[in-house]
Amino acid sequence: MASQIPLVDYLTLGDDPHLVAHECRTCGARFFDRRNACAACGGTEFGSARIPTQGEVRAFTIVTFAAPGVPVPFVAAIVDCGGTSVRGNIINVDPDPEHVALGMKVKLATYPLGTDDAGTEAIAFGFEPLA
Amino acid sequence: MASDDIWILGINMTKFGKHTDKDTVDLAAEAALGALADGGVKMKDVGVLAAGNLMGGGIGQALQKQIGQTGIPVYNVANACATGATALRVAYAMVKAGEADMGMAVGVEKLAGAGLLAGGSRKADSPTWAPSGRYGAVASVDGRIGTETMPGVFAQIGMEYGHRYGGTSAELFARISEKNHAHSTLNPLAAYQKRFTVEEIMNDVMISYPNTRPMCSANCDGAAAAVVVSGAKLKTLSAEQRRRAVKISASVLTTDPWEEACQVLPNVNTLTRNAAQQAYEKAGVGPADLDLVELHDCFATAELVHYDNLMLCEEGGAVDFFNSGATWRDGKTPVNVSGGLESKGHPIAATGIANVWEIATHLRGEAGPRQIEGARVGLAHVIGLGSACGVHILEKSAA
Repeated sequence: MASQIPLVDYLTLGDDPHLVAHECRTCGARFFDRRNACAACGGTEFGSARIPTQGEVRAFTIVTFAAPGVPVPFVAAIVDCGGTSVRGNIINVDPDPEHVALGMKVKLATYPLGTDDAGTEAIAFGFEPLA
Repeated sequence: MASDDIWILGINMTKFGKHTDKDTVDLAAEAALGALADGGVKMKDVGVLAAGNLMGGGIGQALQKQIGQTGIPVYNVANACATGATALRVAYAMVKAGEADMGMAVGVEKLAGAGLLAGGSRKADSPTWAPSGRYGAVASVDGRIGTETMPGVFAQIGMEYGHRYGGTSAELFARISEKNHAHSTLNPLAAYQKRFTVEEIMNDVMISYPNTRPMCSANCDGAAAAVVVSGAKLKTLSAEQRRRAVKISASVLTTDPWEEACQVLPNVNTLTRNAAQQAYEKAGVGPADLDLVELHDCFATAELVHYDNLMLCEEGGAVDFFNSGATWRDGKTPVNVSGGLESKGHPIAATGIANVWEIATHLRGEAGPRQIEGARVGLAHVIGLGSACGVHILEKSAA
């Protein structure tokens, strides 16, 4: 099987794909990007926090006008995963207001983005409706 | 007229719209010379200049070369969509600090025909996946992990308010846009002066649900400038200058304090609420005292949340507040009687001074057919993502 690489480094692949945040050891604030220090308390030590894979849509929009090369329409959303907010697309759903709703329960899902010249497959994530 | 108060002596905005034959310096010069003439002073009277031009970079010195190289310090400022308010606040603070007794702030932008201002390009994926940047991304994430476009970000901000408090709908947001476009028909300086029905707004081109095209701020060209003066200096000026001077009762700039989610979806709420709170305390006025408000309706979805953030309504009550008709020009708290960013237009760095011009013009009783009768106190608000929030409270001269 070809090797895989996640779209972003906070996505952990494998049998149980999930997101991992940097968690400030002092105050518990969570961040998904590489950190210099904690924006909440100034702490400089971080641990890893596994983010729940199920959540609730706290905000969404259906983007129909985007940069050239970005396929539209798509649903962009903020998902509350057990108290940690995550940005992601709502996937495997018709992108219209009849099929996406505030408060909708969703779960993390991954999909292949494509394979590069070296045969490595990039894997992206989104959230799909909880069946 | 306390000596340590700071006043707007002269202020001007250009027509917003498409200025094919004018460059940024032309527009900035028109507004700056207009503000000087309005205040009855000359460039040689000005002791400090703060200038903003977000997309083009520092413009202060280029402006001086056209209207007066007097050797004064220039502060070129950039603070996203709060650039104009930041320039005004720099001029205000320098005069307040006693570094000069008169200062000028200018904001200008050439934006007509511009499209998306963020998330505006996607690079082709590289031939080999290689992590880069702060998220170790192997490819562009805009459109793959949510959206970076402004219509999309602010759509979510409005939807989040709906999730928290309920009562929102695509039609509600469209009706906010209907109000601002209706208001703009009385403003000859607005980029657009066309009234739309709610149906026309909802059936227009969808940009990012629920924001259709008329619900988005209008990219256009324009400039605005203000001359600020110390109370001590104002006392030495003519009775007419003192009568038309507008008091800056509060000038506040905030950024967003860290809260959960604020680096995932920009939180435009807390920093606006903080700025408003500080401004009301400094000015010694409350939301109920405001005769009119110009707030940052970069999208129809944004206007709703700022009713709440500026405490024009009770917490969670923005939908009912709007539905009561309060924010129409004949309502209890008229909001964006200029037409707002959706219809007057949003030449970014000009916006934070142009909204002060709108308030000042009403306080002076010079707003013509769109005059809010008897206006004595007004508030101007802008927000730039990143984020920065500027709030100015202005009061009619007692003289």
